[in-house]
Amino acid sequence: MKIRVLILLTATLFGIAACNRSNTLPEDANSGFDNGAVDNTSTNSSNNGSNISVTPLEAERLRLLGQLVVYFDYDTADILPEFNAQLQAHGQQLAQNPSMQLRLEGHADDRGSREYNIGLGERRAQAVRRVLMLQGATATQLTTVSYGEERPAQTGSDEESWRLNRRVELVYR
Amino acid sequence: MLKVRESNEASVSRRRKMSLLGAVVAVGAWCVTAAEAQLTITITGGNEQAVPIAVVPFGWQGAGAPFDISSIVGADLASSGRFAPLATADMTSRPTQASQVNFQQWRVLDADYLVIGTLSEVGPDRFAAQFQLFDVLQGQQLTGFRLEAGRTDLRATAHRISDMIFEELTGIPGVFSTQIAYVSEERAANGARTFRVIVSDADGFNAQKIAESSQPLMSPSWSPDARRLAYVSFEGGAQGVYVQTLRTGTRERVSARAGVNSAPAFSPDGRMLALTLSRDAANLDVHTLDLTTQVLRQLTTDAAIDTEATWAPDGRSIYFTSDRAGGPQVYRVGTDPGQRPQRISFERPYNARPRVSPDGKLIAVVTGESNRYQIGVVDAASGRLTVLTPQGRYDESPSFAPNGAQIIYATKDNGRGVLASVSTDGRIRTRIASVAGDVREPVWGPFPRP
Repeated sequence: MKIRVLILLTATLFGIAACNRSNTLPEDANSGFDNGAVDNTSTNSSNNGSNISVTPLEAERLRLLGQLVVYFDYDTADILPEFNAQLQAHGQQLAQNPSMQLRLEGHADDRGSREYNIGLGERRAQAVRRVLMLQGATATQLTTVSYGEERPAQTGSDEESWRLNRRVELVYR
Repeated sequence: MLKVRESNEASVSRRRKMSLLGAVVAVGAWCVTAAEAQLTITITGGNEQAVPIAVVPFGWQGAGAPFDISSIVGADLASSGRFAPLATADMTSRPTQASQVNFQQWRVLDADYLVIGTLSEVGPDRFAAQFQLFDVLQGQQLTGFRLEAGRTDLRATAHRISDMIFEELTGIPGVFSTQIAYVSEERAANGARTFRVIVSDADGFNAQKIAESSQPLMSPSWSPDARRLAYVSFEGGAQGVYVQTLRTGTRERVSARAGVNSAPAFSPDGRMLALTLSRDAANLDVHTLDLTTQVLRQLTTDAAIDTEATWAPDGRSIYFTSDRAGGPQVYRVGTDPGQRPQRISFERPYNARPRVSPDGKLIAVVTGESNRYQIGVVDAASGRLTVLTPQGRYDESPSFAPNGAQIIYATKDNGRGVLASVSTDGRIRTRIASVAGDVREPVWGPFPRP
């Protein structure tokens, strides 16, 4: 376990250094994770063994850690498969940094009853919480709050707005 | 304070109940309140047999009456959708005393009923309003009262007169003297949001800010004596339930546990609060909190979402929303320990946010099907659902008027949150527009206590 942490930490340093050196990180760090990382991942993932360049994997990890919203289908709190890697990255980060605190803010779209939607938002926040704890995050690191439909990301009453509003936001503190 | 006594000349006739049956017709937009109202009531669907009534301007000795009682009474009666007041300009005479009434004149104008009255000064800043209600066809007085009040209570006096006329003619107590609470949200150009809990008169006037926050406020709930309001606030980034005394503004945070603290509902005796908690990161369950002893009791234990509790009028059972069977449906559970919840709603895949009628027989719900959310009532005994707003798409938060004849609810108009009401028989509909911002979560307050 300790060794793995060490490798990852080393990887982190390498990764950041590599990114900086290659100038693939633009000023806006958050959007920057998307740019260089994906291409590098695809080329290097097949490169198994001899030249272990950890940079792309780390970039991928940072890209995932930059993703702070998980979306849901209507009236469910099931974690969709496309969010597994993202939650795994966040869960591992929390496990490796016990002092790190994460607040999970659950939301629902604006259809139906407001208080029931508080329930749906909470259920979604709890679903994310469980996945993070499976990755090693502890209960003391995680708090949840459900805003139901009270703080929409989009104000429209259409499928796209509803999709963007059914979400859990990950807020590091 | 109002002082009411039956006027000397009043010979109160046997109460006559009008038949208010008739088809639903759209009668167009009819604004009945003054422009300065915070909320404006518009009849959007009414009774084609709305009863014609003449409310004659009240007499006043001297220049400049301190208050226009008759216009408020007329507006009240019109806003109910059950009455069609005659325009003042169409009146061929303006009697203020019974001796001046020529019934034949009012028959010609097709007025079924006639209200006349006077306002007089009886002391320093003290006024007496006297009114008489006549049946024009029979040519006889139905009721009459004299009400005394201070200057600041003249509007309330007009509402009391409306209540008495309404009850005399329909057999249903009027709700013109009651208040409503609701939530408003305003968005500044920079995206900053301001949430408010507002209490106003039932006609939208006298809007008073009860609470204000940059974080969401929701779920206002009246205490049965109308003195306190419970609501939910996210101030400080966490959800909490607050109870605020309206007169003093003092408030108490009664629940701020980890996770969900939501959906407060006062018990009929005002001593308990039902609320929804997600204790220990568990699921949502309905609890009761004794506001005096602080004793907390868990009422539901299912792993599903159990929330939106509301008390039966006798306080012995609680209705709530649960999705234990898949989608949200309404259940009822006894408040004694160890009761098993019974499912109440069965029609349609979505029935939530129950609110019980004052007689306990009907449960108002948000009912959803095919992505449309409407207001319905479920018969508590048979489980039969009647949809009251079949044209609705975004209807939510139903709340019974204390006379049980009307349900106020929230809906959307061109994406904007507005309030609306529908009569419990579905026939009369009104739209209650806000001057600024989105309004939602209306809750009708109880009858004022004498």
